[in-house]
Amino acid sequence: MPTFDLSSTPLRDLNSALHTLSKGANDTAFDVVNPRGAHAVAVGIDAPVTVEVRGSVGYYCAGMNDGGIVTVHGSAGPGVAENMMSGTVVIEGDASQYAGATGQGGLLVIKGNAASRCGISMKGIDIVVHGNIGHMSAFMGQSGHLVVLGDAGDALGDSLYEAKLFVRGTVKSLGTDCIEKPMRPEHLETLRGLLDRAGVTDATPQEFRRYGSARTLYTFNIDNADAY
Amino acid sequence: MSYHNPYTPPRKSATFDDATLAEIRRAAATGIYDIRGAGTKRKLPHFDDLLFLGASISRYPLEGYREKCDTSVVLGTRFAKKPIRLKTPITIAGMSFGALSGNAKEALGRGATIAGTSTTTGDGGMTDEERGHSEMLVYQYLPSRYGMNPRDLRRADAIEIVIGQGAKPGGGGMLLGQKISDRVAQMRNLPKGIDQRSACRHPDWTGPDDLEIKILELREITDWEKPIYVKVGGSRPYYDTALAVKAGADVVVLDGMQGGTAATQDVFIENVGMPILACIRPAVQALQDLGLHRSVQLIVSGGIRSGADVAKALALGADAVAIGTAALVALGDNDPKWEDEYQKLGTTAGAYDDWHEGKDPAGITTQDPELAARLDPVAAGRRLANYLKVMTLEAQTIARACGKNHLHNLEPEDLCALTMEAAAMAQIPLAGTSWYPGKGGF
Repeated sequence: MPTFDLSSTPLRDLNSALHTLSKGANDTAFDVVNPRGAHAVAVGIDAPVTVEVRGSVGYYCAGMNDGGIVTVHGSAGPGVAENMMSGTVVIEGDASQYAGATGQGGLLVIKGNAASRCGISMKGIDIVVHGNIGHMSAFMGQSGHLVVLGDAGDALGDSLYEAKLFVRGTVKSLGTDCIEKPMRPEHLETLRGLLDRAGVTDATPQEFRRYGSARTLYTFNIDNADAY
Repeated sequence: MSYHNPYTPPRKSATFDDATLAEIRRAAATGIYDIRGAGTKRKLPHFDDLLFLGASISRYPLEGYREKCDTSVVLGTRFAKKPIRLKTPITIAGMSFGALSGNAKEALGRGATIAGTSTTTGDGGMTDEERGHSEMLVYQYLPSRYGMNPRDLRRADAIEIVIGQGAKPGGGGMLLGQKISDRVAQMRNLPKGIDQRSACRHPDWTGPDDLEIKILELREITDWEKPIYVKVGGSRPYYDTALAVKAGADVVVLDGMQGGTAATQDVFIENVGMPILACIRPAVQALQDLGLHRSVQLIVSGGIRSGADVAKALALGADAVAIGTAALVALGDNDPKWEDEYQKLGTTAGAYDDWHEGKDPAGITTQDPELAARLDPVAAGRRLANYLKVMTLEAQTIARACGKNHLHNLEPEDLCALTMEAAAMAQIPLAGTSWYPGKGGF
């Protein structure tokens, strides 16, 4: 198993090794120790590798991940798994702002809390947060799912498109054009699948409420100007 | 006593002119601000207000056609492993598939490739067609991140982080539902036919310190191969340039308010930002103060129309220019041959700017398959290549007349200004004097 000690090895060596794996390589399990809050750890992965990061990371860990399985045994700074295409990213601790921003696919699991703008502009990613999320989460969310086992902050789902939001706890306030919607059987089934994929065993889909777009802002109308 | 008033012609107000009155009536009738494409239509201090001095006893000229005047430029020499090498310093500015038809994007790629320069994607991602037809393609990294993916990042020749554009510094975008075809909707991951908002700020960073980390991430993803440009609107050019350089940019792209847009509010286009003439010297000063002029390249845009404009921009210190509106005109935008159809749309050739409505008779700013088919991408590409070559030749002609064997050897000292405004903005002496406003404390 290749091990990269970021206290003595440049970040470039790690990311370069992740990008140059030959097809069918056997050594696809990477260990990263002493990340010490480094930015851009394990970014641009485009192969089915496994990366275990032993500590906390800075900005953009696993950015644009496409197929990798990255686990951070600590907390993550802003923009973790931003623009993820596919694969899985698990944060054992908390995540800072913009977790999963603009993600187009894959699964992001945050076992602690996520700060503001979690899932901002999400485009297909699935995000499961065991704890709470901050304000303006899922802002302009286009598609994908955001599942929150705890509470959501202010302005959840502001200017939402077609992303689907599920919250088990309280929602401090909904953003513009975001409304609560009935939880139908197909939503319970989708949620069950998401909880299973994220390894959640202490929650049932029936405990959640569903939120989505009212779709009143989809076509510009001057009489909606007060909403902006 | 009575007298007969002689006839006096009716006098219209300069403040409430016809355009102003029409806009008041339009606003009152519709209750919505005017949205349109293209750039500002107001008269501004511009390159027309500068002249070259040419050679004289103290400076000898180069012989046209025989003595070489180099036009090449290399962009991205600061950090990128693979800088971009262009034959001409005239690049094609970012314009999206969505705003433009597929044929128009293909034509831009074909024309630029013939001329040895680069094209740029826009909001909405990269299409296979534009990648295939552009030998050198700059991939824009925009706040919306529509269509953004690591595969396209890696197959781009450079990455342009867009913070603002000259037509609307501080503004986002809106692609109206009329132009959201199946393919555009699929690329942007949104339902067909709805208005698509493009955010005005990036979703995962704010401020210059974050930008530095974002640039690091993009470099790591692309293994430090690609030049990274940072594009800003003409707003605070000294500080924006300095901050972009501090954040690690290879290239700064500076777009004056004459730069066009696919669609935004007319009030934004006409009232926010600075003309490019006022932007270049502060940006160059920032690079010089940091000791990085020519090491970090400066591309300027906004109202570039001719080789003279190119030469003037370079003389003021830019390394290259970008054209958008002019390139569309070269393809066939606003061509009088479609006059009958422009009339039906309530406009005339040369004034058509409702690019957001998707009804472009020239088939350029549309997603309507029938209209788009009017533009032959091969012929239109050839027209663009011709135009780029003419501009390059014109710039060379001027440079030779100033005794320069490379366009980059043009200097502010080669210029004079015709107006006080231009003299002040470009810091070029008023013609016949050695003074410009601000110089010497005046």
